[in-house]
Amino acid sequence: MVNRTRNLYLVPYITWIALFVVAPIVLIVYYSFFDVEGQFTLGNYVKFFTPVYMKMTLSSFWYALLITVFSLLVAYPTAYLLTRTKHKQLWLLLIILPSWINLLLKAYAFIGLFGTYGFANAVLEMVGIGTQQILFTDFSFIFVSVYIFIPFMVLPIYNALEELNPSLVYASRDLGASSWTTFRRVIFPLTIDGVKAGCQAVFIPALSLFMITRLIAGNRVITLGTAIEQHFLVTQDWGMGATIAVFLIIAMAIIMILTGNRR
Amino acid sequence: MNKTLKWSNIYLVVVFAILYAPIVYLMVYSFNSGGTMHSFEGFTLEWYSEVFSDTRLLIIVLNTFVIALLSAAISTILGVIGALAIRHVRRRHSRNALMSFNNVLIVSPDVIIGASFLILFTMIGIRLGFTSVLLSHIAFSVPIVVLMVLPKLQEMSPSLIDAARDLGASSFDVLTKVVLPFIKPGIFAGFFMALTYSLDDFAVTFFVTGNGFSTLSVEIYSRARQGVSLSINALSTLLFLFTIVLVIGYYFINRRNSRPAAKEGGR
Repeated sequence: MVNRTRNLYLVPYITWIALFVVAPIVLIVYYSFFDVEGQFTLGNYVKFFTPVYMKMTLSSFWYALLITVFSLLVAYPTAYLLTRTKHKQLWLLLIILPSWINLLLKAYAFIGLFGTYGFANAVLEMVGIGTQQILFTDFSFIFVSVYIFIPFMVLPIYNALEELNPSLVYASRDLGASSWTTFRRVIFPLTIDGVKAGCQAVFIPALSLFMITRLIAGNRVITLGTAIEQHFLVTQDWGMGATIAVFLIIAMAIIMILTGNRR
Repeated sequence: MNKTLKWSNIYLVVVFAILYAPIVYLMVYSFNSGGTMHSFEGFTLEWYSEVFSDTRLLIIVLNTFVIALLSAAISTILGVIGALAIRHVRRRHSRNALMSFNNVLIVSPDVIIGASFLILFTMIGIRLGFTSVLLSHIAFSVPIVVLMVLPKLQEMSPSLIDAARDLGASSFDVLTKVVLPFIKPGIFAGFFMALTYSLDDFAVTFFVTGNGFSTLSVEIYSRARQGVSLSINALSTLLFLFTIVLVIGYYFINRRNSRPAAKEGGR
């Protein structure tokens, strides 16, 4: 009897897994062996290891790394200071609220802010630096990406800091450690899981961003995500797109293993 | 001590200012009669009336909400079933395997989900449009609902079910009168998360929409690529207000549900 109800629950759920988790991955791998004409080939994999694609992969990783590092540098102090405020739940909610607003709208706002006559340039003009080309540069791409990812970095770090036992900090201070030593030797190591989770939540999506590269970086930055989108929707070379996707999946798995918590 | 406090406040204020600057910027310029996102010329509601007279846009908004509500409802049902299934699995190994499969879609980059669903739908022969978008939104919302419901299920003491059974309840009664009411907060949280994920999604939808069908994100993307148009600002202001209402609603539902639980916990 118990067995029967269990099967009853399992059937729809396993069907969902088979159809939308397993099948898509299998199909991606399957398609990576076909060229544009639908012929079986290993050519896509050979092509991936040519300098063009290698360079793209490297730059994609480089940008993702920069975005992750900057998000961390902004988010850690923010999370830390948030835990010391009075109404911390409310402030945390306010940090997360922007992440609920449609991504496209935020990216669109930056087109206005960073435009030639936008707010950022008006400020630069006022300080005497003069109008700069901000939109369609690496700077704007990284800035907007960091902007979008900050809440995803703050949240896990905040949770880790909240779990931290404050008496450990007091003990360290009592034993004569400076604030910096306390941070470096006590607080940071104890919240490293939150940092890892945050980096995971930022690095993987940052590898595959594509709309921000289009809207903000003006196609100057090409990430793995942009390349996949290009191959699937523009050049219709599904095989090559699938091959890049396979490598992205592998990269993702490696990152998950490296930053995963060993239990 | 006081000095460090001051610096930390300044830091937080700067972070908040940057976080909210684009949103405020969008909202302010939605009232600009000048028609650009710089040099504010005068107050106007022109862009709002443009939004409301744009039938195509209104249909897209309607589509977006229909997709969001339907996909959230269906994925909530599937997710609850999934969570029950995972709980019923006794063997640790199989349970962990199920959990890993469950999390695949959460950690996958949107581009990969979009591309693989595009292949899937083309292979099965589902025409790109309403159905494909709805199916993909259901697909990526299910694991979120499972993750929201599962902790509630684990909180539930098994003796509750045993007691109900001893008192003669059928399996169906146990489910509808004991289990479901207990995990209701998780179900609501899952539904809201699925709703916001669906409303917010761009990348996956972008891959699986055909020519005739569009959601708000996709529409904003194609309009934004053509340049600045203040009707997008007006639309985004409306969406922002709607989001706030949704978040406040979610917050209150959460509070109402967690209060009795907190009381029980304190006892």
